Amino acid sequence: MASISIRNLVKEYGDGYPAVNDVSLEIEDGEFVILVGPSGSGKSTVLRMIAGLEDITSGELLIDGERVNEKPPRERNVAMVFQNYALYPHLSVYENIAFPMRLHKGQFSKEEVDQKVRKAAETLELTEHLDRKPANLSGGQRQRVAMGRAIVREAAAFLFDEPLSNLDAKLRGQMRTEISQLQRRLNTTSVYVTHDQTEAMTLGDRVAVLKKGELQQVASPRELYEQPLNLFVAGFIGAPSMNFLPGSVEGTTLKTPIGEIELNEKQAEAGRDKEVVLAGIRPEFFDEASQVDASQRAKGQVFTAELSHTEWLGNEQYAYVNYENDPRVTDVLQSLAEDMDADELRTQLVVAVDAMSTIRGGDTAELWVNTRRIHLFDPATGENLTRDAEAGARLTEMAREDRQREAERAGAKLSS
Amino acid sequence: MTATAEKNPASRRARQEARLGWYLAGPAFLVMLAVTAYPIAQALFDSLFSHRLTAPDEREFIGLGNYTTILTDPVFGRAMAVTLFITVVTVAVELVLGFALALVMHKALKRLRGLLRTSILVPYGIITVVSAFAWYYMFDINSGFINSWFSWVPGITEDLDWFSNFWTAVTVIMLSEIWKTTPFIALLLLAGLAQVPDDLLEASRVDGATWWQQMYKVIIPNMKAAIMVAVLFRALDAFRIFDNVFIMTGGEAGTEVLALLTYHQTISRLEIGLGSALSVIMFLCVVLMCWAAIKLFNVDLARGTDASSGKGEK
Amino acid sequence: MAAGKLTSKQRVAWTFLTIGVLLYALFPVASIFVTSFKTQADLGSNQFWPTTWTWDNYEMIFVGGAQELFLTALRNSIGITLIATAVAVVLSTLCAYAIARLNFPGKRIILGTALAVSIFPVISVVTPLFNLWRTIGLYDTWLGLIIPYLSLTLPISIWTLSAFFRQIPWELEQAALVDGATQWQAFRKAIVPLAAPGVFTTAIIAFFIAWNDFVYGISLTSTEAARPVPAALAFFTGASQFEEPTGAISAAAIVVTIPVVVLVLLFQRQIVSGLTQGAVKG
Repeated sequence: MASISIRNLVKEYGDGYPAVNDVSLEIEDGEFVILVGPSGSGKSTVLRMIAGLEDITSGELLIDGERVNEKPPRERNVAMVFQNYALYPHLSVYENIAFPMRLHKGQFSKEEVDQKVRKAAETLELTEHLDRKPANLSGGQRQRVAMGRAIVREAAAFLFDEPLSNLDAKLRGQMRTEISQLQRRLNTTSVYVTHDQTEAMTLGDRVAVLKKGELQQVASPRELYEQPLNLFVAGFIGAPSMNFLPGSVEGTTLKTPIGEIELNEKQAEAGRDKEVVLAGIRPEFFDEASQVDASQRAKGQVFTAELSHTEWLGNEQYAYVNYENDPRVTDVLQSLAEDMDADELRTQLVVAVDAMSTIRGGDTAELWVNTRRIHLFDPATGENLTRDAEAGARLTEMAREDRQREAERAGAKLSS
Repeated sequence: MTATAEKNPASRRARQEARLGWYLAGPAFLVMLAVTAYPIAQALFDSLFSHRLTAPDEREFIGLGNYTTILTDPVFGRAMAVTLFITVVTVAVELVLGFALALVMHKALKRLRGLLRTSILVPYGIITVVSAFAWYYMFDINSGFINSWFSWVPGITEDLDWFSNFWTAVTVIMLSEIWKTTPFIALLLLAGLAQVPDDLLEASRVDGATWWQQMYKVIIPNMKAAIMVAVLFRALDAFRIFDNVFIMTGGEAGTEVLALLTYHQTISRLEIGLGSALSVIMFLCVVLMCWAAIKLFNVDLARGTDASSGKGEK
Repeated sequence: MAAGKLTSKQRVAWTFLTIGVLLYALFPVASIFVTSFKTQADLGSNQFWPTTWTWDNYEMIFVGGAQELFLTALRNSIGITLIATAVAVVLSTLCAYAIARLNFPGKRIILGTALAVSIFPVISVVTPLFNLWRTIGLYDTWLGLIIPYLSLTLPISIWTLSAFFRQIPWELEQAALVDGATQWQAFRKAIVPLAAPGVFTTAIIAFFIAWNDFVYGISLTSTEAARPVPAALAFFTGASQFEEPTGAISAAAIVVTIPVVVLVLLFQRQIVSGLTQGAVKG
C-alpha cells in the first residue's frame, strides 16, 4: 500500500502536442481515485505513466514518497487491469493468476503460489475455472481473472484502465460493486480510468476530471456535482447533463429565454457585472408546480412553459422545453458540447418531473424551479461565479471521513 | 507520419523507428530483389545479344533480333497456345471442383471437417514431380492399369499409348495438375465461404430464396473477391507449368509449354540469347495478366497474397 | 453448417461424400504406393494390385544400384531445403516483426515486392542465373540452390508471418511488464509463446515449397553434388538398359512423400490457417 504523488506531470507526443499538461494530484494511501474525462482527455496516459508504460516528459511521479520516473514498470510494484484484460491466451486461469509470482523465481515457494492463487480464485469465485483457458471464459470471468492477477501481487497500488467497458450493462453494474467491495476490503490505493460517469460517481472517493490533458477539478463526487468549478465539470458530471440557460442579471432578476427568474442577493451579485451569463440548472432542480408544497415553493419560482415532448422511464420522467438560444453563447455551448463528446448542442431544457405525472408533450405546464441551487457561469472563462468553495470542501472532507471509517471497519473485520 | 520539424524529438523517434524498421526488414527485401530483380534485368540485357555458350566468341549485339526470331517461329506460337490452353482448362476445372470441395468441407460436421481437410492437404503437400510420376504410371502403356480398367470406354484399348498423342497426353498432364492444385483453391474458397455472414443467408431464406438462388445471389457475389484472387493466382501459377510436362512427355507429342521451351533453349541448347528473350517474354506475360486482372476485374491483390503465394508450384 | 443430428439419409450422403473426397485425395498416392511394392514382372502386368509384395525397389534405392543416386539426392534435398527454410524464416521473422509493429516508410513496397516475387515465373530467373552461376562457380553447388530457393520461400513467409504477427495482442507485453517482468521476460514469456506457432507454421509451408522445387533443381545442377530428389528422379535409370526404373522411382517418391504426409497429419489446422491468413482478413 502506498500513496501516489503526481507533480506537474507532462506528456508530449511526437508533434509536440501535450497529451497530459501539468497535472498534479496527491493520492492518499488506500484511496480510490477516479480519472474521468471524454476521449482524448489524457486520462489513460496519466494511468500508463503511473504504471511506467509511458515515459514522463516532465514533472515528477512519486510512489510512497519515492521518485519512480526512471524506474521500469516491474520496480514500481503496481498492478494493472487492462481494458481488454490482457490475459495470456496460452496459459490456464491458474497460470495467468500465478504469472506475476512465477516471474520472481525463488521468491515464492510452490505451496505459497498455490495458496495465493487459490485464495484469490476463491475471493473472485473462479475456483472451478482454474484449469480453463481464457478463451473459454465469459467476459465477466475474464475480468475477474485480470483482477486475480492484480490481487496476488499484493501490489502497492491497483491501476484500472476502463476495466468494465467491454462488458454488457448488467454485468458492468455487478462488477462495479465487486470492485468497490474488493478495494474497500483490501484497502489498496487504486486509480481507475473511465469515461462512464456512473462508475466515477459510485466508485471514487475522489474524482479527477480531465479535459484535453488538463486537470479541471479534483473532488468527491458530491462536491463535483454540487459545487463544480467550471462549465465543463458542471456539464460533464450528471446525466442528463445540466441545462445551461443564457441570461443577464438585472437587479436580482435573471432574464432568460424561458422567463424571468428571481435570484438571491449573493447569486445576483456574482453575475451582475457580466453582460451575459449561463445559468446552470440541473433537470431535477425543476418540478411540476402542483407537486411542490408551499414551504418548498418559497425557495423557488414558478413559471409556465410549453412542453415539446416527455420521456417516461418508469422510475422517472423527463419533460422537454424548447427555447430560443442567445447567439452570444452559441459558440461557447457548441465547443462545450464538443469537449464533452456530445454530438451537438441542444436548445432544449430538460426537466425532471415525477414519474406519476400525467403531463404530456404539447401541454402548457406550470413548472417550479429551485432557484437557490442555480449556479451562474461566465461564458467567457467558463468559471463558476457562484461556487461555494467552503461548502465544497466540506463535502469532500465528509467523503474522506467516510472512507476512513469504512477502512477501519474492514480492518476490524479482517482481524476478528 | 509527421517528420516535418527536424529538431523535434518526436520526429527523431520516428526516424529511429524507421531506421530500425529497415534494419530488420532490409535483409529480406534485398535478398528478394537480388534473386529476382537482378536476374530479370540481366535477362533483358542478354536477350539483346546473339549468344550461345557453345560458341562464346561469337557473342554479338543484335537488338531485338532474338525477339523477332521467337515471335515469328511457329514453335513459339504453338507453345504459347498449349500453355494458354492448359491454363484456361485447368483453372476452370479447378474452380468448379475446388468450390465443390469447399462446400463439402464448409457443410461438414466438425469431426468430419478435420478428416477432409487433412486428406486434401496431401495432394497440396506432395511434390509435383511425384504427382506427375503417379499419374504417368497409372496411364503408362507398360505399367499402367487405366487401359485395362477402362477398356469398356470407347476409344480406350489395351494398346492406347496416352503419351504419344497430343490430346490424350495433355489430358493426363492436366489431370495431374488439377489433382495437385485444386486443394489450394478449395482452401481459399473455404476461407471465403466462412466470410459470408450467416445472417445474410438467413435473411435470404426468409425472403424465400431457394438453394440455388442463395448460391447465385448471396454466396457467390459475397465471395467474389476470394474467387478472383484464387483464379488470378492459379492462372499465374498454371502459366508457369513445367514439372508435369517435363516428367510425362518432356515436351513430346506437341505438349511443349513455354517454360519447357525456355528450359530447352537455355539448358539443353545453351542458347543464352534466345533463352533470355523467352524469359523476358514470359515475365511480360505474367505482368500483363496481373495488369489485366487489376484493371479489368478490380482484383485486390494484396488481399489474398499470402494465401496465394503459398501454393507449392512455381 | 450441418445440424447436430443427421437423418439416416443425410448420413448415407455424407458417407458417400467423404469416401469420394478421400478417394480423390488419396488414390494417386495409393497407386504409386502400391507400384513401389511391385516386382519387376508385376510392373508390366497392367494391374493395380501386385501379385506379390516385395521390398526390392526400396532395397534398390537404399542399398542397391540406385543407392548412390538416391541417397546423395536425399541428403542434398534435406540439407538444401532445411537451410533455405531456416534462412527464410529468420529473415522473414525480422521483416514481418518490423512490418507488424513498427511504423516506417516503405512497408508497402516490401509487401508489394514480396507479392511480385511470389508470382514471378521461376523459369525467367533460371536463364540468367544459369549463366551467372557458371561464371562465378555457384553452378551445381548447395549455395547455388539455396539462394534461388529464397525467392520461393521468402515472399510467402513474409506475408504469412506479418499476418500472424498482426494478430498478436502486443499489449500483453506491457501487461507482463506491469506484472513485474523484465523486458526479456516479457518477450520470452508473453510474446514468444504466441508468436512461435506462427513461425513454426511458416516454416512448414516454406519447407513444402522448397521441398517441391524442380525447375531450379534440374537447371542449376549437373551432378550428384547438389541435385535434389525431384530432379534426381528424372535421371533414374533401370537396373539394366532394358528395364524401366518404374519401381525404383515409385519407392523413392514414397520415401520423399512420407515427411509431407506426416507434417500434414500433425499440423493440418495450422497449415490451413497459415495458407488462408491473408485471404480471409480483408
